[in-house]
Amino acid sequence: MENERNDTAMIQADQVRFRYDPHKKKYAVDGASLQIRKGEFVAVLGANGCGKSTLAKHFNAILLPESGTVTVEGIPTTQEDKVYDIRQKVGMVFQNPDNQIVATVVEEDVAFALENLGVPPAEIRSRVDEAMEMTGIYKHRLKGPHKLSGGQKQRVAIAGVIAMRPDCLVLDESTAMLDPRGRETVMNTIRRLNREYGITVVAITHYMEEAAQADRVVVMSGGKIVMEGTPKEVFSQTEKVRALRLDVPQAAELRDELVKAGVPMPEGIIDEEECAQALYELLK
Amino acid sequence: MLRDITIGQHFPGNSVVHRLDPRLKLLLTMAYIIILFVASNPLGLVINILVLGVLYGLSKIPLKLILKSLKPIMPIVFFTALLNLFFITGTSEPLVQLGFLKIYPEGVRYAVLMAVRVVALIAGTSLLTYTTSPISLTDAIEQLLRPLAKLHFPVHELAMMMTIALRFIPTLIEETDKIMNAQKARGAMLDSGTLKERMHALVPILIPLFISAFRRADELAMAMECRCYHGGEGRTRLKQLRYGRLDLAAALVSALYFVLVLATRLVAKGF
Repeated sequence: MENERNDTAMIQADQVRFRYDPHKKKYAVDGASLQIRKGEFVAVLGANGCGKSTLAKHFNAILLPESGTVTVEGIPTTQEDKVYDIRQKVGMVFQNPDNQIVATVVEEDVAFALENLGVPPAEIRSRVDEAMEMTGIYKHRLKGPHKLSGGQKQRVAIAGVIAMRPDCLVLDESTAMLDPRGRETVMNTIRRLNREYGITVVAITHYMEEAAQADRVVVMSGGKIVMEGTPKEVFSQTEKVRALRLDVPQAAELRDELVKAGVPMPEGIIDEEECAQALYELLK
Repeated sequence: MLRDITIGQHFPGNSVVHRLDPRLKLLLTMAYIIILFVASNPLGLVINILVLGVLYGLSKIPLKLILKSLKPIMPIVFFTALLNLFFITGTSEPLVQLGFLKIYPEGVRYAVLMAVRVVALIAGTSLLTYTTSPISLTDAIEQLLRPLAKLHFPVHELAMMMTIALRFIPTLIEETDKIMNAQKARGAMLDSGTLKERMHALVPILIPLFISAFRRADELAMAMECRCYHGGEGRTRLKQLRYGRLDLAAALVSALYFVLVLATRLVAKGF
């Protein structure tokens, strides 16, 4: 796995516009520009229908922009002969694990992408084992996918993408259908892939607690990027986030209410730990 | 309730029969079916059944399972035997005469032979599915049909469709269960009423099932594209099928057995 972190862009989107129906006026993505740096963990937030999934599908050439450009490690996604290079570099995991698993045995499914890329069988074997170890599903490798829990299935789907050794992982609400425990195991796996293996992560999510753990948060509305910054910078602006029909993490909400009630809480509190600490200091 | 359905009835194990190359097993099963009908005398059939018995013994498949797989075809066996019994006419005197129905000794012979043949046929082909996982069976079919790809027959696509179908059987069964429960909760009467009413009650189950299947297909297609799927061209496989020494031995033994059965035609000609 390549571990080098440099400041060059993993994904660069410039003024991307896209609409599903060319006869309609409404653009699903309406002039979005975004840079994802290598090794970064970016959370993308936005209310339903804000264009975040549509934008994500531009990152591995599933959709091509009507105007504007998307480049992956310097390669424009419109370059047709490079499309499989791009999809190998940017892996994508979707919401429903059931609809992403192709084979009837876990290890066969993890091997699917490598089989498509024409990797020699011996190398497929070692890369599949490696990917299953990385996502913690090695012990389930001979089971049928229908025998696994939601969280395990989603980790199978992630392993199937990781086996391609991508530089970037795009997660399109990949934890939305899971129960809290499954969500936690999947998030832990993703964070480990990001920190230990240096894989860039773009996570589209509805869970503010997940977004709070990212390096950077991007908020979309009406096909445009409306807010961008560290979780602290974004979630401190409680009013603005709420106006975009989004929640803020519970700790930030509590801090806000306390400030309104006249308690002098410090700024930039977004997780429970910090909130508890601040309250402790105040009560001392 | 629907969850108990299994297709292909695979019985996992590690016996000699299980370990044979699926391609060889598939070919031998086909040869077995042919030989079953070529063996026109009781001696040949007895050998066939003995061999089948030995194979079942080797693969350690419980007798109960075999009987269970034979149960649904019993009416067919009975019916074929009955037809043969009454419609085969012989040269000798009829054994029994009931009005226009005459039973000849040849009829009795044919009826018994046919019944044994059909039973052996089902038991033999079940052995293939019991000892071979659906995925390796699909692989075997893909490999065996590969020469047809030169004639532009979509071999890879066919195998991929079979794999995906097998993969989604449990998912769709679960979904059907969920939809049935949801409709029952809304007051649907699925288990009572006349046949027509019950058929009618299936419509609100089938429509959501179909819509969801199409949605799944759409998402799966996108997920496959994301994993660089572009048809069978230049594709490699995780598991390569290779013929081993065991397969060679099995092929030789089978050849011997087929010759033996054919020889019985000459030896016990009149019988």
